Amino acid sequence: MRIAREFLRRPTAVFGLVVVLLVVIGAVVAPLIAPYAPDDQLFDGLTLEGAPIGPNAAFLLGTDTLGRDLLTRLLFGARTSLIIGVVANGTAVAIGLGVGMLAGYLRGPMGNALMRLTDLMMAFPALLLAIVLAALFHPSLWIVAMVIAMVNWVQVARIVYTETRGLVERDFILAERSLGAGHSRIIFRHILPHLMPTAIVWGTLGIATTVLLEATLSFLGVGVQPPEPSWGNIIFESQSFFTSAPWLVVFPGIAILLTALSFNLVGDALRDILDPTQRGRM
Amino acid sequence: MIELILRRLGGALMILFGVAAITFVLLYALPADPAVQLAGRSATAQTVANIRHQLGLDQPLILQFVHYLGNLVQGNFGRSYTQKTEVMTLILARLPATLILMVAGIVIEVAIGLTLGTIAALNRGGFVDRLVMTVSFIGVSAPQFVVALLLLYVFAATLHWFPMSGFGTVRHVVLPALTLGILGAGWYARMVRSAMIDVLNQDYVRTARAKGVSERSVVLRHAIPNALLPIVAMIGIDIGQFMGGVVVVEAVYGWPGIGQLAWQAIQQVDIPIIMGVTLISSLAIVIGNLVADLVAPLIDPRIRAP
Repeated sequence: MRIAREFLRRPTAVFGLVVVLLVVIGAVVAPLIAPYAPDDQLFDGLTLEGAPIGPNAAFLLGTDTLGRDLLTRLLFGARTSLIIGVVANGTAVAIGLGVGMLAGYLRGPMGNALMRLTDLMMAFPALLLAIVLAALFHPSLWIVAMVIAMVNWVQVARIVYTETRGLVERDFILAERSLGAGHSRIIFRHILPHLMPTAIVWGTLGIATTVLLEATLSFLGVGVQPPEPSWGNIIFESQSFFTSAPWLVVFPGIAILLTALSFNLVGDALRDILDPTQRGRM
Repeated sequence: MIELILRRLGGALMILFGVAAITFVLLYALPADPAVQLAGRSATAQTVANIRHQLGLDQPLILQFVHYLGNLVQGNFGRSYTQKTEVMTLILARLPATLILMVAGIVIEVAIGLTLGTIAALNRGGFVDRLVMTVSFIGVSAPQFVVALLLLYVFAATLHWFPMSGFGTVRHVVLPALTLGILGAGWYARMVRSAMIDVLNQDYVRTARAKGVSERSVVLRHAIPNALLPIVAMIGIDIGQFMGGVVVVEAVYGWPGIGQLAWQAIQQVDIPIIMGVTLISSLAIVIGNLVADLVAPLIDPRIRAP
């Protein structure tokens, strides 16, 4: 309750939450509210010269280069972004939690080896790695999600590692251990619950990063493949037209920006509320 | 101090070896076959096999890797499959363009970030603070390619102030550097703000104020120099990330740097170039972190090793 009350006191956080909810609802009910079908190359969707049509009463956000309704494609694109965002980031947070917690709990040579692995991953040019991987596999929704997860787990692992190291030293863990509790009991009953705030914060903030990364990969043509709509590949498909049909860049761009921003705002507020030592900082 | 430097260098070498090994395995284990790509569509199985033999791709992976490492320690990145040139030559030819972009981008980033972050910290909790933080959040949430395309649309296609793409004059640098700088400034602003708030709460700042030092002098002489440390660390990290992160901006602006080189190589499955650019980017990341670590004690005597 305290969390909800503090959350609602922040106008930016509430704004973020409202946008997130709108995007989620839009994605879920897309087939019901979309004015057309996402792959429908409409007969009246192009001008007589074959150019895309700007926003008007029939096509609220205009049409794309193939005469498809942009609003419809944005609504279905929200599904792509959210599925990848949740799956890729969920996987990244899970891997990060697992690696960070194990390394922090075990310490010793095994823990050290795990942390050297994260050092190694930090030295990888992340975006380049993601582009290479996505391009050399045959890109699909799930491959893109996995590539993003492979690149994004490292930061979570490092934060979880530091927190776990601190927790392991605490008296209640020592007490539990001297009472004869096994490793799995200590990890799952005592350490994991203390890491939940971190997991929740990164589960939210990470979606922003993921949505941006997916859009970037799709914009380069190595992410989600057309005709399956994604906000990134809508811009990819129409970039050569962008001077004559700027709405094809502007509207998907706004969708990406608003979604990433909102997840960032919600995650930032959660971090402030769940971790008072961080209050008013980054 | 010297022992510390040597230990860090050893660690850096291990990391680079690890990056080389992982990239090598990833690239050669992936489904895309460079021999098929090179041979073209109508090639017979025999041609493909010949090409594979020529490139040494028919040898066991471990042998190929040992061979590659042997060349690498002599500073030889191998030859490009498609361009028949030394990868090192190709990278060196592209590096200056990327470095120009990087320096321009970082200067813009730091200038905007330092200004906004300081202003926000001085107005902590107030309207200006919240405005700056929100704007910086928009900056870190904006997709690079959209900002790049919009800047092109407004300043190149519509206003004709700057060229659409290309390289050569100062006017060519402005839009790509702005794209990188505007977006990166968000991170700097947030970090400078938090560092400044820490510093402004320190006793010596209170002392300075108490003895009547003007607010302007408190900020410029006492606070900012002490808040510089995280900025230096961040620039170090940034230098590394830039090398791997310029692919998008260079692709949109047709900027002939190593990002574009990598992007072309990825499309042609030109593995030696991809390996080379990845390693150079990792090297930049490692050097950036190392320099940040080594410069830190020079800026802040408090962390000089006892």
